[in-house]
Amino acid sequence: MAAAPQQSKIVRWIDHRLPIFTFMRHELNEYPTPRNLSYWWNFGSLSGIMLVIMILTGIFLAMQYTPHVDYAFDSVERIMRDVNFGWLLRYMHMNGASLFFVVVYIHLFRGLYYGSYKEPRELLWMLGVVILLLMMATAFMGYVLPWGQMSFWAAKVITNLFSAIPVVGDGIVKWMWGGFTVGNPTLNRFYSLHYLLPFLIVGVVALHLIALHQHGSNNPLGIDRKGPQDSIPFHPYYTVKDMFGLGVFLIVYAVFVFYLPDALGDPVNYVPANPLQTPLEIVPEWYFLPYYAILRSVPDILFIPAKLAGVLCLFGAIIVLFFLPWLDTSRVRSARFRPVYKWVFWLLVIDVVVLGYCGAHRPEGWFIVAGRLATLYYFLHFIVLFPVIGWLERPLPLPTSISAAVTKKSSAPVAAASSMEKH
Amino acid sequence: MADAAQSKPMDAHIQESGTRRDFLQIAATALTGIGAAVALWPLIDSMNAAKDTLALATAEVDLAPVQLGQRLTVKWRGSPVFIDHRTPEEIQAAEAVDVSTLRDPQTDAQRVKKAEWLIVVGVCTHLGCVPLGQKPTDPRGDYGGWFCPCHGSQYDTSGRIRQGPAPLNLAVPPYQFTTDTTVKIG
Amino acid sequence: MRAAILAGFALLALAAPAGAQDQPPVPRQSWSFDGPFGTYDRAAAQRGFQVYDVVCAHCHSMKLLHYRDLAGIGYNDDEIKAIAASKQVTDGPNDQGEMFQRPGRPFDAFVAPFANEQAARAALSGALPPDLSLIVKAREGGADYVDALLQGYKSPPPGMKMVENMQYNEYFLGHQIAMPAPLAGSDVQYADGTKPTLTQEAHDVATFLAWASEPTMEERKYTGAKVLIFLVVMTGVLYGAKRQIWADVH
Repeated sequence: MAAAPQQSKIVRWIDHRLPIFTFMRHELNEYPTPRNLSYWWNFGSLSGIMLVIMILTGIFLAMQYTPHVDYAFDSVERIMRDVNFGWLLRYMHMNGASLFFVVVYIHLFRGLYYGSYKEPRELLWMLGVVILLLMMATAFMGYVLPWGQMSFWAAKVITNLFSAIPVVGDGIVKWMWGGFTVGNPTLNRFYSLHYLLPFLIVGVVALHLIALHQHGSNNPLGIDRKGPQDSIPFHPYYTVKDMFGLGVFLIVYAVFVFYLPDALGDPVNYVPANPLQTPLEIVPEWYFLPYYAILRSVPDILFIPAKLAGVLCLFGAIIVLFFLPWLDTSRVRSARFRPVYKWVFWLLVIDVVVLGYCGAHRPEGWFIVAGRLATLYYFLHFIVLFPVIGWLERPLPLPTSISAAVTKKSSAPVAAASSMEKH
Repeated sequence: MADAAQSKPMDAHIQESGTRRDFLQIAATALTGIGAAVALWPLIDSMNAAKDTLALATAEVDLAPVQLGQRLTVKWRGSPVFIDHRTPEEIQAAEAVDVSTLRDPQTDAQRVKKAEWLIVVGVCTHLGCVPLGQKPTDPRGDYGGWFCPCHGSQYDTSGRIRQGPAPLNLAVPPYQFTTDTTVKIG
Repeated sequence: MRAAILAGFALLALAAPAGAQDQPPVPRQSWSFDGPFGTYDRAAAQRGFQVYDVVCAHCHSMKLLHYRDLAGIGYNDDEIKAIAASKQVTDGPNDQGEMFQRPGRPFDAFVAPFANEQAARAALSGALPPDLSLIVKAREGGADYVDALLQGYKSPPPGMKMVENMQYNEYFLGHQIAMPAPLAGSDVQYADGTKPTLTQEAHDVATFLAWASEPTMEERKYTGAKVLIFLVVMTGVLYGAKRQIWADVH
């Protein structure tokens, strides 16, 4: 495909040899996109922008940071106090991690609600889960770098998870530490990997986008596009919509960075790491709380000791997402046409919130019971409810096409309820 | 960043309400562009010298132990500073030079505050090597000052470039004598 | 299954107050640096520095602070030089390879009262006074907590067994604190003539420590206001552009 004729000679010369302009025109400009995407579809591009912001601020923070147990804490405080705009970079990076997870979680739940993991987008979904796993690893290792009390004890507790593996567990943990406990070798390798993994994420994001562009975005109706009348070009329609969404997001982000910079963090992490004294309560950052609750809730299961079972369930909670495309037996993608799933979806949201709440509190009394029930439900939801609802549910009739649905809706006065999606 | 102002063929059909549309789209593009550009500044500025670095930008040196004819190297802002307790002969040699013959014309008086103390930054003005000449055993070049081993620049007893590729005299740092025998550099 | 979820909700309601300790809640104070436009009260922070310097600094280090930083609470260069020069800083090694003492200079870090942790514990019957550089950020309750703790010394309730060398403090976790009541009122002669009551001293020193925890706070809030104004305008214009471009799709 040749470059568009109105382009300059130089562009055409390059494009003839290296078709980047054609590529960009196809994938960013003309790229046909369903005309009915709601604002929930903004969170994909927002995640991409967050990734860029995190990498940029991270690169410049790395120029000032010292990965050594004796200097790490002070070097972070030097960034906060002495480096020009160091406080800004650090707060952007720190709160950026939280907001990155907010955006990605919304993106994930959007996919769950509208069945974006279903045929032919199974690999697209699975690549997304890989990105989530890489993000979690990156976030965890990044949290260790300031070498505060919570950094140190988070590193210790999480690496100790692997000691639950029978036979080789202890060896693996010592190998991860590079010593007899979390120490300088651990900090150095976490720093190295914390710098590396984001670029791995960039690579997987590229695959995620290739998979996305193969069949295009899913849409709130979950039906395939029937013809050109169902699509609009990405530019300018979705570029401007994404930019507007970005603006709203940046306002929220800025409020945290400039006015609530420590609201999402734990004060204990402003105490330098002390390997001889555990803080009263070890709590992970909020975005790990549901997993942390699962880890702590699981009792002995048959012959599996609680420690191993907890670790298996923790990882299982993510791994199960890989199988979602096959666990869901419904023929219909969008929950809008699935009268039962539509409600069951919200049970999962509530369940995850309950898990998060349990994760933030000591496993005592009622929290143990609640944590266990919520953990049980989490797996029940995916492994049992998904296939069963798919079989038993009678989906509503699907609209014949996107454009038909859009025209019908805009003529009917139901705008109030669906205005968020209809734009 | 979306180039919303540039009308592409597919939005050619929305030309009807001309100016207000153009204005909004140009403004939107311009604002996002400006925002992105300004947001880069904190990143760039973070690489400038930090407050702690700037605060350390002075060094105080006690000159009392430096014998006549002895040279002392001190570190200032991470670079060597040469302090030369010059002998009367060296001072005379430095003052006798015909300034008009120099590549970087400066009189000796312009380069010192007290004639017996020459204080220069010990970094060759060619490509930043540290010239030899501080130790009594070092080669000092043909002019009795310093000799840069990297590319053969030679400096005289006033630290002025006399031969070789360096374009300028050894730099004189800002300094002042706080007492007769202590000097504050920077 | 549904019952389980309902049970989950019931739990949340029941369990909410379970996290509360037996410490009374730290009373909320009004601080000059509260809110999106708050700034540090320079006079209070300077008085607070005086309290730190005269009282706290006997035991507590502030390793992250430098004398030059005091410009942030309104001291001028000469005052900072004088403050620094009044401290003895260990420097070296000199030409004989020995460490030596010299008067402090603005770029020096606050001189610590003890050379190391062991020295502190040895001198203070085993207790280790925490570094105060970040104390306001590092404690739940922040400046309110510091303020309350300093005034929270009481005689222990009858029947409470106190460990040797421990004091009863209402707001300290577990109520037994190794630090003897540091302030009683009239511990310093304020340079600006303010009456040094206990409440005043505690409030001042908490202000100083809040500043020390985050000297860049004012720059942060000020920058934030500019950024937010820009973002709101930009987002508004983008919304307009979005409406226009999408006008024909609906």
